[in-house]
Amino acid sequence: MQEVIKKRVKELFDNNTIVRAIGWENGEFFYDHTPAVFDSAADMDVFVYDNFCASNLSKYLINHCAPEGKTLVLLKPCDTYSFNQLLTEHRINKDNIYIIGIGCDGMVDIDKIRALGIKGITKITQNGDELVIDTMYGEKKCKKADVLLEKCLSCKGKKHMIYDELISENEDEMPQDASKRFDLVNELENMTSEERFAFWQNELSKCIRCNACRNICPACSCRKCVFDNSASGVASKANADSFEEKMFHIIRAFHVAGRCTDCGECTRVCPQGIPLHLLNRKFIKDINTLYGEYQAGETADQRGPLTDYTQQDVEPTFISDKEVK
Amino acid sequence: MQVNSEFKPKIVAFCCNWCSYAGADLAGSSRLSYPADVKIIKVPCSCRVNPLFVLRAFEKGADGVIICGCHPGDCHYSTGNYYARRRMTLLFSMLDYLGIEKGRTRVEWVSAAEGVKFSTVMNNFVSKIYQLGENVKLGDLRCRK
Repeated sequence: MQEVIKKRVKELFDNNTIVRAIGWENGEFFYDHTPAVFDSAADMDVFVYDNFCASNLSKYLINHCAPEGKTLVLLKPCDTYSFNQLLTEHRINKDNIYIIGIGCDGMVDIDKIRALGIKGITKITQNGDELVIDTMYGEKKCKKADVLLEKCLSCKGKKHMIYDELISENEDEMPQDASKRFDLVNELENMTSEERFAFWQNELSKCIRCNACRNICPACSCRKCVFDNSASGVASKANADSFEEKMFHIIRAFHVAGRCTDCGECTRVCPQGIPLHLLNRKFIKDINTLYGEYQAGETADQRGPLTDYTQQDVEPTFISDKEVK
Repeated sequence: MQVNSEFKPKIVAFCCNWCSYAGADLAGSSRLSYPADVKIIKVPCSCRVNPLFVLRAFEKGADGVIICGCHPGDCHYSTGNYYARRRMTLLFSMLDYLGIEKGRTRVEWVSAAEGVKFSTVMNNFVSKIYQLGENVKLGDLRCRK
């Protein structure tokens, strides 16, 4: 797949369809691919696409589109939802962008492989649904399904919502079991209020306010963020205000409510391993049950649930008066 | 639970300029009583209340926050309270999900003619907050014991 994509992008550079491409290159480690901007066919030599290209490239289009000419972007199926959402919000202009939809059969979490007790990993190759892991202590194997990223466990399907061209082998494949998506949210809802508080207190206390969840989020694309402190003299320096310290996670989740495509990047990048997607999913679940099924980014011309209403909406007292568990 | 007889709750009531604030006025001029713990903040419309305002009020020491607006369908700006209704439903549900007592937040629709309702709503809400006691959870959300 990597070579097919590389060849096609080089072709597009050569016939002047595009002037820039956004993809992935090797990071510090082989399992640490980072988003990269390629400005010529020769640059594309270092392009990579394998099991570790989890990052969603949609958001990079806001700041890294070429000033003139078309910018190519490689989008996995789940990334196309974020792309549509950015189009809806007029943050990017489709006329300047050329999308190649690329197939994906799930991305791998290196930490899950390590958790299996596999150390000294030097190379990972895929063989069917199995991963062959070369380590300093010999070859190991594991099932790919066991080490998928958290976000890939509730895959939205392999179908691209928007593209100009496809390089994909499994376009029609549906996710194995998307009904599990809200399992953890349900589990939390069924706890008592005290248990839930203990759970979140434990999780949110780990937060170091690095703002990674905000910076990676394709829905968090405001030019000026409420969490930036312009007085600090350092770009994007987090406010050290006690209000923010306490409320950061509630505010962050609320700001993307109704716009979050559930891409799961927040949880993936969290250095402290906080399951932030459970906050977003709670909003998604509430929106689905109270205001009708809604998937942000499915098309670029839908109206978000929080910028819409019906006269029959439930009253907030429905929550306030709910029986206390 | 130990009942602190000294506890005096601080309650913030966001009232819309067109209905609820006038309702509060009517309650006053009709000599209906409601607890002095309620501090009214006048807003142009219930949808002016950003969810952050609610959180900010709690952070500044409020023990309860109530938002009052025109009845659905009667909004001075036609649709403001419909948007407020969705926002606040989601916010309250989230606070509940995080384990914060849900009785601390409320939305009530009070028209300019409902002085009696204003006074009843406030009396009920304040007595609820007396039961719940001081708001400590939201402040402790990120402080593991």
